[in-house]
Amino acid sequence: MNMADQQGKTLVRFRNIAIATILVATLVQFLGNVGLFNNYYLHILTVIGINIILVASLNLVNGYLGEFALGHAGFMAVGAYVAALIALKIPLPALVRLPLSLLGGVVAAGVIGYLVGRVTFKTVGDYLAIITLGFNMIIVNAIQNIDYLGGPRGLTAIPKGTNLVTVAVCTVITYWILRNLVDSVYGRMWLCIRENAIAGELIGIDVNKVKNLAFTIAAAFAGLAGGLYAQYQQFITPKSFDYLKTTDILVMLYLGGMGSLSGSILGVVAYTVLMELLRNVLGMVAPQLADLRMLISPLILVLIMLTRQYGLMGNREWRWLLPDRKQAEGGDA
Amino acid sequence: MKKSAWLLSGLLVLASLTGCQQNGVKIGVSAPISGDIAALGQSTKNAVLLAQEEINAKGGIDIGGKKQKVTFIIEDDENKPESAATVFQKMINQDKVVAIIGSQSSKCSNAGAPIAEAAGVPQISPWSTNPNVTKDKKFVFRACFIDPFQGKAVAGFARGKMKAQTAAVLYDVASDYNKGIAEVFRDEFTKAGGKIVGFETYNTNDKDFSAQLSKIKGASPDVLFLPNYFNDVPLQVQQARKLGMTCKFIGSDGWDNQELIKMGGKDMEGSFFSNHYSPDVDRPASKTFIANYTKKFNTQVDAAAALTYDSVYILVKAIEKAGKLDPKAIRDAIANTKDFDGATGAITFNGSGDPVKGAVMIRIDNGKFVFDSAVN
Repeated sequence: MNMADQQGKTLVRFRNIAIATILVATLVQFLGNVGLFNNYYLHILTVIGINIILVASLNLVNGYLGEFALGHAGFMAVGAYVAALIALKIPLPALVRLPLSLLGGVVAAGVIGYLVGRVTFKTVGDYLAIITLGFNMIIVNAIQNIDYLGGPRGLTAIPKGTNLVTVAVCTVITYWILRNLVDSVYGRMWLCIRENAIAGELIGIDVNKVKNLAFTIAAAFAGLAGGLYAQYQQFITPKSFDYLKTTDILVMLYLGGMGSLSGSILGVVAYTVLMELLRNVLGMVAPQLADLRMLISPLILVLIMLTRQYGLMGNREWRWLLPDRKQAEGGDA
Repeated sequence: MKKSAWLLSGLLVLASLTGCQQNGVKIGVSAPISGDIAALGQSTKNAVLLAQEEINAKGGIDIGGKKQKVTFIIEDDENKPESAATVFQKMINQDKVVAIIGSQSSKCSNAGAPIAEAAGVPQISPWSTNPNVTKDKKFVFRACFIDPFQGKAVAGFARGKMKAQTAAVLYDVASDYNKGIAEVFRDEFTKAGGKIVGFETYNTNDKDFSAQLSKIKGASPDVLFLPNYFNDVPLQVQQARKLGMTCKFIGSDGWDNQELIKMGGKDMEGSFFSNHYSPDVDRPASKTFIANYTKKFNTQVDAAAALTYDSVYILVKAIEKAGKLDPKAIRDAIANTKDFDGATGAITFNGSGDPVKGAVMIRIDNGKFVFDSAVN
């Protein structure tokens, strides 16, 4: 451990990890393209990246702000559809198309998130959960009824813009922004509101405004994940973004731990790898049990939650992903 | 921190170690074994297992004069597009399957199709009727007719045999299947000289249709077309009868389940629906399949099971014709399938991914599905 600590101050720090992640992703993607790396694993890594963006951004609202929002998949849908439309309808060279479509998704989801937040943060607790769930349903139903968006049939043949490199870059940027936000004065305000909103108001925090800031940012990043997802899967349908998707995101969030960005990474990786492991191990060892995969994995989740109530990393962070100043202070790891 | 890092690396190492090796021909099956249409996943699995048993009992698939045993790798796609994508990636890259059967719902087949296409692995979807699935794809096929064909067949039947002058439609607007058929029916019925007097919608899971039905009743149509699933249709028919509507009811292959009669009872009598096949048709291929299936699994055959079974045999015949396990040769052999004698009727591919095949009209008579006529 001592050696690792010493390294922590020199080499293992966020900037280096970020660069290494992107370089490794580029290498892996290249090896995958030439057939030297199993594309199944490449796929899982890509999905993990997209899910980290979703879970980490929801952590802002559900973890740091302490609210219970249930509409994250709705914002993902907005981002996915806007990005898909830009990619499909506007003839652009591939290099311009991808950033522009992702930007479109982020802005659209952010704007919708801001408007929804204006309405919803008049309420708290259970009411907020119901209202955000309602917005999720409204967004999905609205898309289902708009023929221009393909209605219930969805949009097919979206150009493939996303690969592991794109996802790695987006994930690193997202993590960097979220981490710095949490460490900023706004992060302190969110924590303050979570612990005691009235006290926050008394020391001069504009509670609704600061809450809505977290919600808008979370929605915008969900839009980014949606844009990546649409251009990776090349096919989107409104039903992919219903409350079941929100539930998936929540499961990974709670598994990883509330109020911990490292936990969001760990939760996504652990859950995704667990599900695929069960698929492979059961298929190999006991094929007749393969149908029980959806029974075994929730059971494991229940066990983890019973033994670690706050998730794998609740309110703690991996030191090497913290800002340098905190790292030097020896943040809690 | 230490513990979680260990956990993480442990999982990753395990993940990279797994991966199974089996001999013989490997074919992937992507089926919704869990999720909202799990019953259909079970039918899929049953049909595949039955086919696997039959083929291996005969020594396997005859490839260039050498018999090879076949193994079906059945994976659960949970009826979610992203899981279907994962399943396709796994089967193609890890299990190295020669071809894929599946998935069932159009949304999952649509998610898998670009992956199969890019990898050049033939895919046959048994049950996905959405036209987009095979559109502009070289390696993607299906064993069923598409929504436009079915809508046209029912419209022709209503105008011809039922001599309907006016028709109304009530459909689930949130489901691609229902919406697709409803729109084609409207266009085709009008083209055939009929008049659509009502075109009403509802949303999945609605249970009260009285508002829409009252509106339709005011227009007094000759027939009411309900291109919806078997769990909704009985409610719609019963509520229509309660309002005093006397028109005939017609439907589509979503009606094909015994629950329809159990729930709908007498009110369903005299209604018609289009389907992929009928057990009554005197075809040896369907008779044998139905007999074997009911004997082995002790349940009724549904269209998804019959179509899955046909998909498997289309593929097996194509592999034998190709004489080698080369995806491209198999793809060409599937595309040139002529008059394949399947459980759901004769199937021919004319070079595209959609088969040329007929539909049957089924009449509900004394609580039974009775073959009425064939539509081509």
